[in-house]
Amino acid sequence: MRLSSVVEALEAEVLVGQEAMEREVPTAGGCDMISDLLFFGKPGMLLLTGLTQPAVVRTAQLMDISAMVLVRGKRPDEAALELAREVGMPILVSPHSLYDCCGRLYARGLPGVIPATGRPGSARST
Amino acid sequence: MALRHFSRSYPVLGGAYYLAGRAASDLKRRLAEQECPAELTRRVAIAAYEAEMNICIHAIAGEVEAVVEGEEIRLVANDRGPGIPDLARALAPGFSTAPEKARALGFGAGLGFTNMQRCADEFTLCSQVGRGTRVELVFVARPEPAESEKGGRQ
Repeated sequence: MRLSSVVEALEAEVLVGQEAMEREVPTAGGCDMISDLLFFGKPGMLLLTGLTQPAVVRTAQLMDISAMVLVRGKRPDEAALELAREVGMPILVSPHSLYDCCGRLYARGLPGVIPATGRPGSARST
Repeated sequence: MALRHFSRSYPVLGGAYYLAGRAASDLKRRLAEQECPAELTRRVAIAAYEAEMNICIHAIAGEVEAVVEGEEIRLVANDRGPGIPDLARALAPGFSTAPEKARALGFGAGLGFTNMQRCADEFTLCSQVGRGTRVELVFVARPEPAESEKGGRQ
């Protein structure tokens, strides 16, 4: 899915990366644990999160994540914005909740970054 | 494939969450500059970040040393900190002693060592209670086309 379509689906505001709207994101994931992101994140994915500090931008950059969506209208702190501009990490802000943002994208065909295994509680070891 | 030699030591300060990730970021940039394969660069960056975060969360101070030589990238994370009393337990996925502050920032899922093991080709952990902890990681640049991500298929 193109970032411009993500913006439309999530009624999002683009804080950083207006020039990257043609970028394609193959998968997405919602995550509020940087540790989990470091373990499960995949290159190119779209990250939906409620985290707003510079560490999440740093992590996204290290993981080759394509773009970040901050949910529920959360604003990043100035240091996070500055870092995002420096490393070229697009940041979108959506007024919708994490659950709703994920649902909106999933309904439009954007798959999750971790395929379902069919076994409850098996995500950690698979 | 041979990588251009460089070595660098990155100091890491305990509790300085805002600074953590700088070593990993710098390392990633340097590897990318010399056209190290993207998949390997990413593995090194992730493991270096995990190592940095461990020092930041648990220790007073430490350093992450990176040496790139020939086909090998070696990371050594050394810290002055409380040490780990039970290594087997510390290595178990999901086990964490991270304080509330680290968890509030999204760290401390207890996957750090698991992730380092998954990313690196060699992993060595030693620790002395009351003194500190040392993690050694070796990554090998291989000529064959790399898998999209090493180990831990999802």
